[in-house]
Amino acid sequence: MEALDLARWQFGITTVYHFVLVPLTIGLSTLVAIMQTMWFKTGNEKWLRLTKFYGKLLLINFALGVATGIVQEFQFGMNWSEYSRFVGDVFGAPLAMEALIAFFLESTFLGLWIFGWDRLPRAVHLATIWALAIGSTLSAYFIIAANSWMQHPVGAEYNPETGRAEMNDILAVLTNNTALVAYPHVISTAFLVAGTFVTGIAVFWMVKNARLDKQDPEIAIYRTAARFGAWVMIIAGAGILYTGDEQAKLMFQQQPIKMAAAEALCDTEQPAAFSILSIGHLGATDCNDVKTIIKIPGFLSYLATGDWNAKVEGLNDLQPQYAERYGATDTSGETIHYQPNLLITYWSFRLMIGLAAFSAALALAVLWFTRRGRNTDQPWLQKLALISLPMPFAAASFGWIFTEMGRQPFVVAPNPSGSDQIFLLTRYGYSTAVSAGTVLTSMITFTVVYAVLGVFWYRLMHRYASEGASPVEEPVLRDDSDESQPLSFAY
Amino acid sequence: MDFALVWFILLAVLWTGYLVLEGFDFGVGMLLPFAGRNNTERRVALNTIGPVWDGNEVWLLTAGGATFAAFPEWYATMFSGFYLPLLLILVALILRAVAIEYRGKINSEVWRRRWDMVIIGSAWVPSILWGVAFSNLVRGVNLDADHQYSGTFFDLLNPFALLGGVVTLLLFLSHGSIFLALKSDGIVRERAEKLARQFSLYAIVAAGAWAVWGQIAFANAAWTWAAVAVAAVALVITWVATGLKKFGLAFTANAIGIAAAVVFIFGSLYPDVMPAINDPANSLTVDNASSTDYTLKVMTWVAVIFTPIVLAYQSWSYWVFRKRLHVDHIPEHKELTFNKG
Repeated sequence: MEALDLARWQFGITTVYHFVLVPLTIGLSTLVAIMQTMWFKTGNEKWLRLTKFYGKLLLINFALGVATGIVQEFQFGMNWSEYSRFVGDVFGAPLAMEALIAFFLESTFLGLWIFGWDRLPRAVHLATIWALAIGSTLSAYFIIAANSWMQHPVGAEYNPETGRAEMNDILAVLTNNTALVAYPHVISTAFLVAGTFVTGIAVFWMVKNARLDKQDPEIAIYRTAARFGAWVMIIAGAGILYTGDEQAKLMFQQQPIKMAAAEALCDTEQPAAFSILSIGHLGATDCNDVKTIIKIPGFLSYLATGDWNAKVEGLNDLQPQYAERYGATDTSGETIHYQPNLLITYWSFRLMIGLAAFSAALALAVLWFTRRGRNTDQPWLQKLALISLPMPFAAASFGWIFTEMGRQPFVVAPNPSGSDQIFLLTRYGYSTAVSAGTVLTSMITFTVVYAVLGVFWYRLMHRYASEGASPVEEPVLRDDSDESQPLSFAY
Repeated sequence: MDFALVWFILLAVLWTGYLVLEGFDFGVGMLLPFAGRNNTERRVALNTIGPVWDGNEVWLLTAGGATFAAFPEWYATMFSGFYLPLLLILVALILRAVAIEYRGKINSEVWRRRWDMVIIGSAWVPSILWGVAFSNLVRGVNLDADHQYSGTFFDLLNPFALLGGVVTLLLFLSHGSIFLALKSDGIVRERAEKLARQFSLYAIVAAGAWAVWGQIAFANAAWTWAAVAVAAVALVITWVATGLKKFGLAFTANAIGIAAAVVFIFGSLYPDVMPAINDPANSLTVDNASSTDYTLKVMTWVAVIFTPIVLAYQSWSYWVFRKRLHVDHIPEHKELTFNKG
């Protein structure tokens, strides 16, 4: 493999790994903040227990999420230096803003929250978890703005003298319509992940306790958490559907070839059918032997434009259009295939949607079986909860794989209604000064380190989740005149 | 206004913030086995940085992000050129973040001892490598006409850079022991005071030799002698203050010493950001490596508005955790174990 392929693999591995952890951090930090707020307002001990229980799981996850996030900011320069030179004038700004505006907030208040239970008045301590939640939610905004610029470059012009994209409107970059729909989609997903996480674990405990003793007062705590998470999932799910639909419509305009690939739509159709199952040689660059065996007539036209009869352009027609506009061959004279990998885009798109459906099923089942004060001891619900638990994580990953792989062969996809000079093929973005052997070393190192840390992450998450929301002591402000009083928490 | 110069200076500020703050985090990490002979004592040391280390590390991410935004060419050449040292630093930072958080999660002596080894090792590695990296900037590297790094990994391990690695190592050891002396009490404090006394002396010798060598051999200007002098005076004051047991003064003086070293590094580079020793025409400069004025102006506004806010809440967090820690403050281990029951 060449340095380019290795750099792509490294980016894929480290980024997917990071983005498995991040949605849980973002969603769960707010959900824990809500739990702590409920305790603050009601004084009900069950909310404190839930805060501490899910708070511990949040921290285990947070540590690895932050640690793997550092790599993200550095590997652009290490493996993608030519990309960095081309986009730095635009792309660096949101990254720097993320650190300064959001990440400082998140990290500083994290320390205050963890260690502050006995040092800060309750209201102030509550504010620290909200600052943490706001910081992590805000950080995603800047990252999405940066990523959206790679999908749909705006607010910049090409400077032939420096050979790079140069920013001329920061507001345009920060209010990129791609970002404005991608951000709520990503945040809704984070809440779906966190809601499923909260409910999944709570249902496990609710059923387990109910099977031992139906009158166990502990059941009430988990019932509360299960229903709370379920409502979060319902609201987040609605948000995902709405923003996903908006995003798809926008993407049909901005990156038509990505959407055509997602649908394995080879020839232009009017009206276009939505493919539920396609078979054939999806990996091929020539998509003519793809056969769609189950489809919904007209639905693709509707998804793309809101009109059941609209024309949707297929890959065979888009390729020559792209070739004409952005070049038929690359600098070495090779034909550029503008069609992204069909197998990956087609299936990642469907897995994204399909796997998220588990959360919907879990949410509806939980709300139904716990309606009007009911408890349940149904073992199948416990199974559904455990099966559903990893699903939205996987769905979110497939969503990212779809949108990033669907952007290929571009690393910065051209904006059809913007500058025709601002785009970059992935093959011109990697670090030419770094040898394949060096990138390989780095890729293997990160993969091994991440794998080992992933094992510890899983073992700790599993261990803490299987301990349950055990009773906790009410936090008391420490008395500083008593020199021998131990801290409420220490590493 | 020359916004590229403004950002060159702001980067020096960000790096100063990073090295001053994470400098003592690393120092405490490296000194863990020396300051604490048993688990409780090690926990005293670790918890002095417990609530603040994570926020301190963001200074690095801000410096990295700001380099990308303000000097994309510098960011691209430096990060791809200093590849292997950066890889090691990244791995160390990843392991360190996880180790600090996971160490106390399982109540097992073996578990804690293993993570302690990670905490210690992951503090030593970047403490040396940051010095190596910055020294190579001061010394200059091989760059081709496209501003690509054209040296090898072993070129980075030249004597000046290796001495630079020793300098940051000793500065951080000194800084960390002074911080510990300020923030702990009892036996840990006693040990930290002794360690500070030694390391602050070694730091003067190493940093002095390195700075004079750098100034004579590589600096672009004469005024940076002033920075060398300030650093020297500050480090001597640090050492004297450790003898007088005035650790507040020692900490301030050492921080000034680190800041003066950064001023020396940036001052000796200017107007380059990455001098090419093979051909000065290939050097990356403040001008040819920077972003457009528009981008730099936007970033200046962002920095002007948000840096004071960050400083305010970070200072507050230091104030909240201002109390010295001693062994009585450390709660007993009540964490879970992997073996249930």
